[in-house]
Amino acid sequence: MSEPQGRGGDTPLLEVRNLTVHHGQLRALDQISLQVFAGEVYAIIGANGAGKSTLLRTIAGLHHPTEGSIRFDGKDINKLRPERRATGGIVMVPEGRRLFGSLTVEENLQVGATYARKGPWTIERVYEIFDWMAQRRSQRTAQLSGGEQQSVAIGRALVANPRVLLLDELSLGLAPVIVQRIYAMLPQILATGLTVLLVEQDVSQALRVASHIQCLLEGRTTLEGRPSDVTPEQVEAAYFGLGPQAGPGTEEGYGTTEGPGTTEGPGTEEGYGTTEGPGTTEGPGTEEGYGKGTTAEYGTPGSPPAGGPGGYGGAGSPPVSGVGLGGVAPSGEEQLLWSGSTTSSRGS
Amino acid sequence: MVWVNDIIQGILTGGLYALFACGLSLMFGVMKVVNLAHGDLAVVGGYVALGVITVTHVPVLWSFLIVVPIMAAGGYVLQRTLIQAALDRGVLTTLIVTFGLSVVIENALLQFVNANSHSLGVGNAIITGSFSLGSQIQIAYLLVLIFAVAVVVLLGLQYFLSASRYGRMIRAVADDKEAAQLSGIDYRHVFGIAAAIAFGTVALAGIGYGMYSQFAPTTGTDTILLFAFAAVVIGGLGSLWGTLLGGVVLGVAQQIGSQINVSDQVLAGYLVFLLVLVLRPQGLTTRRAQS
Repeated sequence: MSEPQGRGGDTPLLEVRNLTVHHGQLRALDQISLQVFAGEVYAIIGANGAGKSTLLRTIAGLHHPTEGSIRFDGKDINKLRPERRATGGIVMVPEGRRLFGSLTVEENLQVGATYARKGPWTIERVYEIFDWMAQRRSQRTAQLSGGEQQSVAIGRALVANPRVLLLDELSLGLAPVIVQRIYAMLPQILATGLTVLLVEQDVSQALRVASHIQCLLEGRTTLEGRPSDVTPEQVEAAYFGLGPQAGPGTEEGYGTTEGPGTTEGPGTEEGYGTTEGPGTTEGPGTEEGYGKGTTAEYGTPGSPPAGGPGGYGGAGSPPVSGVGLGGVAPSGEEQLLWSGSTTSSRGS
Repeated sequence: MVWVNDIIQGILTGGLYALFACGLSLMFGVMKVVNLAHGDLAVVGGYVALGVITVTHVPVLWSFLIVVPIMAAGGYVLQRTLIQAALDRGVLTTLIVTFGLSVVIENALLQFVNANSHSLGVGNAIITGSFSLGSQIQIAYLLVLIFAVAVVVLLGLQYFLSASRYGRMIRAVADDKEAAQLSGIDYRHVFGIAAAIAFGTVALAGIGYGMYSQFAPTTGTDTILLFAFAAVVIGGLGSLWGTLLGGVVLGVAQQIGSQINVSDQVLAGYLVFLLVLVLRPQGLTTRRAQS
């Protein structure tokens, strides 16, 4: 990938250069570079295992890079411990919330504010944007629902008054409607002058909120740019690692191998473009293979794959470069698929 | 009447056991360190008190004002260096390291002090005195005092953990130290503070034990560590008040055992310990679910 273009004109607030991270023998990140400018919402997208969370955790200081540098506000922070990065203004909302389960809601926020920088965010302010929270401040967070826990996790990060907020998979394990609601908070948060670097499997969500996106695949950058500058086809290709000809790449598509076949079922492409479900009943292709596989995985034979998920993918997400959501929507569906499966596997 | 006496003596002895156990429980609850040198540290506390009294001539009962800060500071340093280094290599390594520490302490005491038994405050009226309830019950002032100290220490610890900023940080780190780091907390420092508290309480226990009985270099592993473990396990790992309950149960069992046969005193305590392990392995109190 080419060097990111200077978007803000001046120096980036957060700059990652040629970052390589290993988990044991596995090369989780391979020469990743990115520049996040003040005020941006920078989204890292990619499938499971693409290295997104590793990237965020490395920026937060929880993993040590084998190579490369991380600069924050012009200074090299490679050697800084995680807690020093947090007090310096890089605060992460970790994947899976990671609240202090034996502490109350308020205590969680108080812990977040222990070494807070000066800034607009206070516990009271968090109670204002999440209006349910004040009444339940003395409850243990273990008793909250997933969405509520995620809100507390965000609040805990905000009260530290970060300059860069790292959001790791906000949507993980949450119902789509909850995810929508949490993302709807983002403008209020951004209005206080924060910069956001987020990781998201839910591509349609990421495209909706981001001012810049970067797609990772197996630890490498496969696509980068403003959401308006990339086509859904590009995003899809970058996300799944498909070649220009979609066909051969089908093997890498999710669930395709489990799909009973690709010769029947609605043409997913159309199904997604038009938000109402079952479209045409033919049109083999990659997208269709994918959709079919998903259906098989979910064990809901008979229900056209494009029905629900297609509606979700299409609903509310602005068409990218006016092409419709053909390419992007499968990722939306995929998020649905995974949020379901991750919920059960994490037991949260 | 004999049984009432046993129960009262047992309960009061439980205060001493709780003092031994609460530091062990705290270190396990916060940093998952099973400190096998805990008993030896109590003995070290006793020796430090002996030294402090010899040098400064402070009254025995007030020696803790000097000994506890010394031991707490030592606890912080030891946690930040040796124990943290062990923790970085995995929780199991701390078992080996604290076991090694126990051996080192014992042999260092044998080498540099001697193998003789010592006790604190012989001849002090409060320490050796007692009062009677009725005709058959004699209660030592010292045991009442130690029990009161144990309750005060536990109350203070509970207040500190629930209401203070550092207490909150200790609980947060015990829940999830990585998430605490993301909130800007240096968990190693918090671990150090928890260790300082644990060492301070065990120093108190060591002084109390020195007044109640006598200690020698090997008392730490022979007696104190095992009693502390028994109290923690009976009461429930990670629960503060559980250590008092565990200590009391252990103390009463020992007293009743000795009533049946003097040589059965220790055995009876461990039988109850085994019984609890079999019937209720999570301990009698399960206030805090282990994360």
